[in-house]
Amino acid sequence: MEIKPDLKYTKEHEWIKLDGDTATVGITDFAQGELGDIVFVELPKAGTAVAQMKPFGTIEAVKAVSELFSPISGEIVAANSALESDATVINKDPYGEGWLIKIKVKNPKELDSLLTAEKYKEMVTA
Amino acid sequence: MPQIEEGVKKTPLSTVHEEAGGKMVPFAGFYMPVAYRGITEEHRKVRSSVGVFDLSHMGEFRITGSRALDFLQKMTTNDVAKLAVGDVQYSLMCHPEGGIVDDLLVYRLPGEYLLVVNAANIEKDFDWLSSHKPEGVALTDESDQTALIAIQGPRSEAVVAKLTDFDLSKLGYYKAVRAKVSGQEILFSRTGYTGEDGFELYMPPEKAEFFWRKIMEAGRQFDIEPIGLGARDTLRLEMKYMLYGNDIDAATNPIEAGLGWVVKLNKGNFIGRGPIEKMKTEGPKRKLAAFEMLEKSIPRKGCLIYTATQKAGEVTSGTFSPSLEKGVGLGYVPSILSAVGTKLEIDIRGKKSPAAVVPAPFYQKGSHK
Repeated sequence: MEIKPDLKYTKEHEWIKLDGDTATVGITDFAQGELGDIVFVELPKAGTAVAQMKPFGTIEAVKAVSELFSPISGEIVAANSALESDATVINKDPYGEGWLIKIKVKNPKELDSLLTAEKYKEMVTA
Repeated sequence: MPQIEEGVKKTPLSTVHEEAGGKMVPFAGFYMPVAYRGITEEHRKVRSSVGVFDLSHMGEFRITGSRALDFLQKMTTNDVAKLAVGDVQYSLMCHPEGGIVDDLLVYRLPGEYLLVVNAANIEKDFDWLSSHKPEGVALTDESDQTALIAIQGPRSEAVVAKLTDFDLSKLGYYKAVRAKVSGQEILFSRTGYTGEDGFELYMPPEKAEFFWRKIMEAGRQFDIEPIGLGARDTLRLEMKYMLYGNDIDAATNPIEAGLGWVVKLNKGNFIGRGPIEKMKTEGPKRKLAAFEMLEKSIPRKGCLIYTATQKAGEVTSGTFSPSLEKGVGLGYVPSILSAVGTKLEIDIRGKKSPAAVVPAPFYQKGSHK
């Protein structure tokens, strides 16, 4: 089970990577393993406003559906449209090709309230 | 491994599940593997080749005695008198009002009958049968002394043929035999819950691991894999096989569920006969319909069903079909809306998604005999 050291994490198993004022968000390797085969995702359109720890979409596996929570507030600039034809990319490459949304970030300080890789690892291996 | 919960039992195969990386969850009082490598992969393995299932959680009752046949005729809806030794039939037990107590298999074996019932209903079914049992009938619950392994898929006969000298071409669909498999004499039948060709093997719990390993070895050349309950559900739903607690329960009559074929009214009296016959004669007001989603979405149990103008019912079972690659489901709707082609809308988490009633089974290429 992989946890990337340079990312930040939410209690709901999303990861976030900040690049300037744009953040990329996805779900963790742990989350995709728990969900099983992902069948599809419902993602918001570009321009939609998101708020920290508020749901922005859903991710559906064969056996269950989960809400997706935004690690940060801002505005959606892109959703990963490649997932429409094959959502299992999330299972295979959750930190890379399986990214979900890109957000234009309002307040980078919101990242401080998220979990470091260490803290996330503690949480999932407890 | 999950936290050990009080009262949740392990099956005799818990070691092999852990070795194989099974995700264990409590189900009907047992830790069962919901999946190993993934539901979709396991589902496709059974449809294309062969898979092996631990079904030891299910219930087995033995019925003997001079009045055993009469007793079973009274307690079940199908015609037990039609069974020759070695025959198996799918059947139902019903309440006096016509609702379903359980669906089950009835085996006629030399000198006895074997009933195989749902894991979640073992206690209920045993009490139901006990309370109606007359003198001249002996009923024993052998669930804890019986392990059950299923081998399912188009290659299943090839796998079992490597383990037994018994000529499997002589074992037809829904037939059972006691024969030597891997040197041990056991009961097995050509039955299953997947729609593919397959066998269900019954053995003492202490032999379960031995058989599992022999089956895995024999199946290696066919890429055999262990299959979990998640794929068991997607496989059975593609065939519109019933799941008690979802599609049938005490509030559903066999006629509504499309199980009229399991009811033999002219066999004589049985519990529930009156209301079942009445519904058959009058026609059911509602029917269990099979539907496919027309957009990418997955219906789930409990989702409400609508037409363009009104509420029509509720989804009893739903999933994403790995074989069809679309959402499929079952639900009771007013009988006039159960015609193939009827357009429905399924409320999935607050959003209505279009669906259409389709002929069942959803999957029509199964290899079952």
